[in-house]
Amino acid sequence: MSRISIRKLEQSYGAVTVLERINLDVASGEFCTIVGASGCGKSTFLRLLLSEERPTRGEIHLDGAPISEEPCADRGVVFQRYSVFPHLTVMENLILPLELRAAPLSGRLYGRPRREARERAGHLLSRVGLDHARDAYPKTLSGGMQQRLAIAQALIPKPKVLLLDEPFGALDPGTRLRMHEILLGLWEEEKMTVFMVTHDLKEGFKLGTRLLVFDKLRWDPDAPQAYGATITYDLPLEDHRSPPPALVAEAEAEAPRQTSRPCNPRPCNRGLADVAR
Amino acid sequence: MARAINRRPGRSGQILLGALPFVLLAAAYLLASDARLAVNPNDKLLPSLESFAAAIDRLAFQPDARKGTYLLWADTWASLQRLVLGLSIATALALTAGIAIGLLPMMRAAFAPVVAALSMVPPLAVLPILFIVFGLGELSKVVLIVFGVTPFLIRDLSFAVAALPREQLVKAQTLGASSWQIVTRVVLPQVLPRLVGALRLSLGPAWLFLISSEAIAATEGLGYRIFLVRRYLAMDVILPYVAWITLLAFLLDYLLQRLSRSAFRWLPGEQSL
Ligand SMILES: Nc1ncnc2c1ncn2[C@@H]1O[C@H](COP(=O)(O)OP(=O)(O)OP(=O)(O)O)[C@@H](O)[C@H]1O
Ligand SMILES: [Mg+2]
Repeated sequence: MSRISIRKLEQSYGAVTVLERINLDVASGEFCTIVGASGCGKSTFLRLLLSEERPTRGEIHLDGAPISEEPCADRGVVFQRYSVFPHLTVMENLILPLELRAAPLSGRLYGRPRREARERAGHLLSRVGLDHARDAYPKTLSGGMQQRLAIAQALIPKPKVLLLDEPFGALDPGTRLRMHEILLGLWEEEKMTVFMVTHDLKEGFKLGTRLLVFDKLRWDPDAPQAYGATITYDLPLEDHRSPPPALVAEAEAEAPRQTSRPCNPRPCNRGLADVAR
Repeated sequence: MARAINRRPGRSGQILLGALPFVLLAAAYLLASDARLAVNPNDKLLPSLESFAAAIDRLAFQPDARKGTYLLWADTWASLQRLVLGLSIATALALTAGIAIGLLPMMRAAFAPVVAALSMVPPLAVLPILFIVFGLGELSKVVLIVFGVTPFLIRDLSFAVAALPREQLVKAQTLGASSWQIVTRVVLPQVLPRLVGALRLSLGPAWLFLISSEAIAATEGLGYRIFLVRRYLAMDVILPYVAWITLLAFLLDYLLQRLSRSAFRWLPGEQSL
């Protein structure tokens, strides 16, 4: 089980309100994709979900209990960069979580327990297609391989929730498609709840069971920082594998504006809203 | 005709070019020495090769008349002991304090300012204090090296720790790591190359502090010897000692470089030393 419920969430830094009035219920095993203009608070939202920061107001519950006060193993994360440890080989990166759990003091496993850990990690390793690179250091891996490793590593502790912040942002389209298959496959296998930020609306529609759009609803021209973004559209994507062609067309038309525009003064995604209606 | 910035020596050209200044220096010395000795055979300023050989033979291969020891080796042993002991203590202190200050916000708030202030104190200025507090023996010499080198090492390491991507620390926590495990499995291994680099840069100052303290108060040691024989203008002893100290310093640096090349194969190319 991994049900998330968020009530009246707000995050401000001094006089700057980044997020406000966020209420959300996400059922166990949903795949939420998050889109929104640059700087509107998507990463902040993930940081709150991860407990990397405490919200200014509001609560986040995981399976009915408030989430822990600091990041812990029930919520895994993959960032766009720096997600794997450069001083560990692929295999060492993968068994690290197992070593940390089994050996509180040394953080290392030797001999038979180590071999068992390697066997356990071996399955995920082949799922993400890194069998051949098990003893390579990250510096020798391509961006796509590093992200596959990062995803596999994040899944080793069997997190209830997986948070991804533009994980494929730096990858070429072909590599992205392969990453999509791998991610969807792992999601079906592990049944965790996923939140994934993306700037690629098409990707959002393709992967998600639900698409969340972040934007500002209220806007004060004299004090642009006064109000924060909230979830303006919450679109269930019934069969996420085949988005309606109209949506994709809209998405493609919207995508360039989405990424280049700073946080929008007026409610955005009118096109999207029309389609959703 | 290629631009000067694009003209590169070949493999053998590089060796030749590198050796050239050494050859020129040696030749200039020999010429000058010959010229002076031709005028005054008892000249002490630029001794001949034979007097170097005689001095080295006397110091390195004949037991000293008074002490019965081989002076060069006894001096080398005494100095290296002080140097290595001082650098080891400095390294241990710097690893502990540097990681604590770089990683733990509470420790940073408490100790970063005092370390920054201490690193501004000229170490030689506190040497008299060390002599008064710790006496004229081994301890004050080792403490001088520790005092002179540690603040720099701590600051360099704490900067390296603080510069680790925040993402890595968050990721480690989501993989279930405790603070201690983050130190031992994430932070320490990644700042070790930087430690070796900082240690290499500290070798010069460490030798400086060693020679200085030996010059002022000691009964043996490389620095003690050259300052002792200075009274007799014994250039035939001083110059080989200086060359020997230089060689030792070079070898230590080389060892650390080799260590870092072989031990940190994970480093991306542009960061390796
Ligand atoms: N610690 C902080 N202190 C002050 N302001 C912050 C802080 N963290 C984030 N912000 C502000 O919050 C806003 C949202 O930042 P965030 O990184 O969440 O946006 P984002 O939606 O992820 O953008 P992008 O699409 O570019 O990644 C930005 O305007 C940023 O300046
Ligand atoms: Mg972001």
